Amino acid sequence: MTYSAQGVPGGAPGTLVRRVLPVLGVVATLLLLWEGARLLFGFSEQRLPSLGSIVETMFTRTRGGTGPLLIVQMLANGWATFRVALGGFVIGGLLGFGLAVLFMRLPVLERGLMPYVIGSQTVPILAIAPMVVVGLGRMGAPAWLAKMVVAAYLTFFPVTIGMLRGLRSASPQSLDLMRSYAATPFQYFWKLRFPVSLPYLFTALKIAASAAVIGAIVAELPSGAREGIGVMILNAAQYYNSRPQALYLAILVAGLVGIGFYGLVVLAEHLIVKWRT
Amino acid sequence: MSTPPIIEFDRVNKVYQSGGGPVTALLDVSLSIATGEFIALIGPSGCGKSTLMRLIGDLEQPSSGTVRVKGKTPAQARLDRDYGIVFQAPVLYEWRTVRRNVELPLEIMGRPPAERRERAMSLLRMVGLGDFGDAYPYQLSGGMQQRAAIARALSFEPSILLMDEPFGALDEITRERMQTELLSLWSNATPRPTVIFVTHSIPEAVFLADRVVVMSPRPGRVQRIVLIDLPRPRVFETRESPRFFTLVTEVREALRATENERVGA
Repeated sequence: MTYSAQGVPGGAPGTLVRRVLPVLGVVATLLLLWEGARLLFGFSEQRLPSLGSIVETMFTRTRGGTGPLLIVQMLANGWATFRVALGGFVIGGLLGFGLAVLFMRLPVLERGLMPYVIGSQTVPILAIAPMVVVGLGRMGAPAWLAKMVVAAYLTFFPVTIGMLRGLRSASPQSLDLMRSYAATPFQYFWKLRFPVSLPYLFTALKIAASAAVIGAIVAELPSGAREGIGVMILNAAQYYNSRPQALYLAILVAGLVGIGFYGLVVLAEHLIVKWRT
Repeated sequence: MSTPPIIEFDRVNKVYQSGGGPVTALLDVSLSIATGEFIALIGPSGCGKSTLMRLIGDLEQPSSGTVRVKGKTPAQARLDRDYGIVFQAPVLYEWRTVRRNVELPLEIMGRPPAERRERAMSLLRMVGLGDFGDAYPYQLSGGMQQRAAIARALSFEPSILLMDEPFGALDEITRERMQTELLSLWSNATPRPTVIFVTHSIPEAVFLADRVVVMSPRPGRVQRIVLIDLPRPRVFETRESPRFFTLVTEVREALRATENERVGA
């Protein structure tokens, strides 16, 4: 009887250690390689800053010594970007979901619109972002909304594709079963097609989470915004020659935001998709 | 048979359009099934026995001829929820617990939650899964999953039970136990549902059925109907009785005749 033996999700002791150790191992290896390369090739602080100097930069005060610590300011910027990404993720997710449902119900629409949906993703986001941000700004939309729209632009696509696939993945027999119960179209959807598609949806949302962060950062470049990782990157790039540490820190914060976002999606998946181990 | 037929096939043909031209799945099938009868459909692969079952369930439409279920069209019978269905695969919805799987038809039919729950739990106890209501399907063995699927089909007390090789994926030991369990569920139900049971197994058909409908392949036709006069309740010893062997032989001969005909043709 397999019931009591397995199936307690994530319950086994040692799972945490098994998951965390490899990650820490890679971090340690990268740090060693970094410092090793500096020693081996004799890079200067300007070419490849030492880890020590990066950490030191974290704890310098901004605005010539009167402002908050740089790391605090950077995390605040990361939080600002995260909020934009989250907003865009929700807008794009809903749009992607809506398109998938529409395409499933009306294959004519899928044939007609899908080329444009795919085309939308081949246009460089760097070109689209200023149009959206400036264009929406002129129409009187708040800057945060314009930025979210750019993040949503990158988010909806994987959700549409993944969800559409999921909505079509109900087995013929599971559909026969619904038919034998004389289920309504509404019941077909909520009691069969939607739950079947959830694993596909979460796979898509994981891709969408990192896409949303990229979209938010790119949207912060042309907006004349005062906060966000995009702004931080622009500033740090400007002073890269004299102080490269700041750009590495900006990248680190961007990575943290992306991983954090991804982690939230994984957490939601664990809470919702309980029937698979 | 004095009781009026619950299911009637009148000169039914079913032709599929395939890449290589039309394929006749059923040819001129006429068959009458009485209320409360246990019918086994047997025949080699491609004899249309599943198709015949699916016509009853309005999962497919005949090309010509008529099928009547309780005097209605199969479509109307389906809308009236006259039958429950069990496939070879359990087809449990994996995101629902076992109990909520059994509740599914009742949920769709809009029964109140308390009634659903009570009915599901009593059925699960009946099929020996009383302790597994809160488990997910993947946590159950194949035989247990199929028991849950049977409980689900019985949950709304349909007057007809369509079973498409329900024990085909189980091992022989589990299979024989499930046959006995099915018969006891069937005979304890009031009123007794009419069962259409599709199978590949000759002993299974003889052990379960009142009548075994032997079908011939390509095109699928009713070759012979073997009346199974074994006394009920059928028990372990039934399978060892001389009469059982005689009937198994009779069905086997009928099946062989369908093959000889093919070779001869």
